[in-house]
Amino acid sequence: MADASFGFSTLQMGELAIGKHVQYILSVEKKKDSFESVVMDHLRMNGAYWGLTTLDLLGKLDSVNADEVISWIMTCQHESGGFSGNIGHDPHILYTLSAVQVLALFNKLDVLDIDKVATYITGLQNEDGSFSGDMWGEVDTRFSYIAICCLSILRCLDKINVEKAVSYILSCKNLDGGFGCTPGGESHAGQIFCCVGALAIMGSLHHVDKDLLGWWLCERQVKSGGLNGRPEKLPDVCYSWWVLSSLIMIDRVHWIDKEKLVKFILDCQDLENGGISDRPDDAVDVFHTYFGVAGLSLLEYPGLKAIDPAYALPVNVVNRIFFGR
Amino acid sequence: MHGRPRKAPKPEDEAASTAKAQKLRALQTQFFSFHHDQIYTKEAVELSAKLLEINPESYTAWNYRKLAVEHYLSQPECDPDSVKSVLDDELRVVESALRQNFKSYGAWHHRKWVLSKGHSSINHELRLLDKFQKADSRNFHAWNYRRFVAELMNRSEQDELKYTEDMIYTNFSNYSAWHNRSVLLSALLEKKAEGFLLKENVLPEEYEFIHQAIFTDPDDQSGWFYNLWLLDQTVTTDSPLLVSTWPTCGSDVLIMGDGCQSGSFSPFTTLLSDSGSFPIILYFNQPVEGVNSSTVTIECGFNKNGYLHWEPLSVSNSQAAQVWVAHLKFPTSELDSSVEVSVGHSKGIISTRGVHYCHPSTFSFNVHVQPVERDSFQVSVAESILWREENFKVYRAQSEESIPIAYFDQLCIKNGHESTASNWRTEALAKEIECFRELLSLMDCKIGKLTLARLLMAYNAMSFPFATKLVHSEVLELYNDLMKLDPTHHRYYKDEHSLVLLQKMTCSKESLLQHCFQYKDSGSSVIGNPICLRLNNLSLSRIGAFEKLLWVQMLDLSHNELQSIEGLEAMQLLSCLGLGNNKLRSVTALEPLRKLKSLRVLDISYNQIGDHSIDTTRYLCSSPLSHSVGTGVNKDETVISDAALVNYWEAFYMFKDLNLNQLDIVGNTIADEKFKSALVKIMPTLKRLDGKVLD
Repeated sequence: MADASFGFSTLQMGELAIGKHVQYILSVEKKKDSFESVVMDHLRMNGAYWGLTTLDLLGKLDSVNADEVISWIMTCQHESGGFSGNIGHDPHILYTLSAVQVLALFNKLDVLDIDKVATYITGLQNEDGSFSGDMWGEVDTRFSYIAICCLSILRCLDKINVEKAVSYILSCKNLDGGFGCTPGGESHAGQIFCCVGALAIMGSLHHVDKDLLGWWLCERQVKSGGLNGRPEKLPDVCYSWWVLSSLIMIDRVHWIDKEKLVKFILDCQDLENGGISDRPDDAVDVFHTYFGVAGLSLLEYPGLKAIDPAYALPVNVVNRIFFGR
Repeated sequence: MHGRPRKAPKPEDEAASTAKAQKLRALQTQFFSFHHDQIYTKEAVELSAKLLEINPESYTAWNYRKLAVEHYLSQPECDPDSVKSVLDDELRVVESALRQNFKSYGAWHHRKWVLSKGHSSINHELRLLDKFQKADSRNFHAWNYRRFVAELMNRSEQDELKYTEDMIYTNFSNYSAWHNRSVLLSALLEKKAEGFLLKENVLPEEYEFIHQAIFTDPDDQSGWFYNLWLLDQTVTTDSPLLVSTWPTCGSDVLIMGDGCQSGSFSPFTTLLSDSGSFPIILYFNQPVEGVNSSTVTIECGFNKNGYLHWEPLSVSNSQAAQVWVAHLKFPTSELDSSVEVSVGHSKGIISTRGVHYCHPSTFSFNVHVQPVERDSFQVSVAESILWREENFKVYRAQSEESIPIAYFDQLCIKNGHESTASNWRTEALAKEIECFRELLSLMDCKIGKLTLARLLMAYNAMSFPFATKLVHSEVLELYNDLMKLDPTHHRYYKDEHSLVLLQKMTCSKESLLQHCFQYKDSGSSVIGNPICLRLNNLSLSRIGAFEKLLWVQMLDLSHNELQSIEGLEAMQLLSCLGLGNNKLRSVTALEPLRKLKSLRVLDISYNQIGDHSIDTTRYLCSSPLSHSVGTGVNKDETVISDAALVNYWEAFYMFKDLNLNQLDIVGNTIADEKFKSALVKIMPTLKRLDGKVLD
């Protein structure tokens, strides 16, 4: 079956094993006793976001028990309003965003005391406009993105100093057009996604030199068709999200070869057991499964829900937040 | 999570894994009980070290250790020696964690936190960093930490610059070192540190240095972006310049309101206006702020108080723009007047890089107004524009006719004081061009061709108006070669090719005239008959050269491959625009048109609007998602009151402020009856939709 807008027959280039990936995600959710799982215990909130968003993109969010997930999420909320990565751990901005995103997927943002969450986040903005990850003061543009994305989903972005937030992000802009984690930090696709996403949400993409950054980003595509995160590094499926979403937000995605990237992502699947890995024939995990599927969504792979490149949530979820439908 | 080979789990592996997991879980449970009960005994703290040794990513354990340290520091019996010893313990735990995972954010931050307390030896840190950077010269955590330590030690930028040089000489393929070099060098240049006063003395050595990297292995990207930065440093003047204006200096502009003939006036400078005002456009070479009635003054007979409202032509909330416009109201009676515009005679115009505009300039033009006859105006407007080949006739120019595209020599701006200083720039470019031609004679490489193309265009722009058309042809050939040599990035080269093509077509009166037509429909009479610039069937994927096209009122870009119309907002005089048969993918891609207040006729038929599930201009348009409707974060302004239009919110925000009379949208998947009725609701001034007259 050829999809006219995609331009060629899907049979030619391998297929996305949707059923296998759904099974894989559901099995990971249940498997809490392997060493791998325990070692990742502290970031289960992120894992929930990766797994559940992938299920939603594959049209299978209803395979999980929403109430169970939501009540577990709420037990991870602390007095301060922030959320921890799992029960027992300390709160951190990283897990606060994932918690809010998962609630948005289930259309259950109303279980939140929005002021409480907003207070936690606004309390983390520093004098120079940057954001700390938690009370211990680590500063990184990842946290700027998280704060801005989270407050925007909660429709209260005006609670932070937007102007200073923008100027801090711009202080992390490099001469190659990219962004680093702190001023002077090397450009890295992950940081670029965070900075471009934050600027996009704050209506400030005019500060980005789209041609300069676009060229840097499109040169992440290597011979195998995969994308790396910075020059002279190996390709990795997770960059299919970070590089791709950045390119889409600045309208330069046509500068890469989309077909080759689709093939690379599909080659990273474990067709027997489900899941997607960082590179072909490596071990799979939920993280790369999410980024692979999200990347395919951005590449308009047929059968997937569209994902929003800035909020990293399905487009219908974002539209529901802003237009109530 | 990265780089582990995929293998089927063997039963003995699974058993071992479960055992390890149980051990870790037991440790964790014990740790949590110490943490939640705030127990910081030696035994408890050691347990956390064991936990972090196995799992340095367990962030709560790092938090706990900080609490333990602070608890200890607050005890009355702690003395400087034991403080140092406690902190040294922390550093040991970090080092052991980093050995496990040298990319652990938690470990690196903990080290910074300890160092910030001020009781630890910093020299040891540099040695530690050397070890890490030898193991992995691209570890950005190490480079960031190095920056932190250098600041603590007050190490000079010059010393750090030398360090990057050493790293690069060890291995040219070190993007991280080149990046750090760019940060340090630009800081030294900006503060005009000793030895870094003049770019022209510093850059030649850098060019030599980067050549070694690029020419050693042209396929290695490490030097490419540094090289591009050097080019930018060579070409870009710090201070903003006025590049182009409309009306142009010395022109005779006729403003018409009715169907009478222009007589002796050129259709190139005859403007139809139904709004009682005409625009004055300022086009700078980079985005600037601070263009207002104090920094830009007008002297003319009919605007006594001299006040004009200047608007930046930017998308979203920006107060900065490369192009600024103001509308000058003209009286309703016939008029002949000269207008003088003075730019930057008082300070205030400033680039986004923080450099002041410092070339005060003045340009003047003559305005002739012919009065408005309201009735005939309405009739003419209702006639439809049909973008058919037979409706256009080539324009035959009079020989002395001035065509306002030679903006550079018509502007009365003297950039003379730059010209002697700018010799180093053209010399540097000429040298680079020579080097890359030599490289290409030895090997056919992508970066060679791309860099040469960029150098030639930069050199061309700098030598204007002495540039030659041959350069354009050579550059177009280079991009054609690149499309074949590097098909993965084919569409990047195609976009660049389109931009060069447009520069070529607009660089001289002769080439421009080939694309100038007049619209002649036997049935209707278009007011004043403006020139229609026809740039169709040219495989254009992108448009540019706007600084040369500010005078255009009617533009035919149909039958190209345009997926973007970025920059088109500069063409403030546009009243009729043909974009049929292109590759526009979404309503949001039309955003630049929102700034075209004079636009009355728009053809976007046979595009791809509605075909794509992913919108690549979703964050480059005015919308609530990017807090860019109205003043931004005020959410009340974003509400669409008519519920039926919520499904068409992109069209709502896009079209509500346009005053179109005619719209063609057939041939787009989105254009079903429901969508068309929504459009009619959104645009009450619309008279014709897809050829059908609306009532």
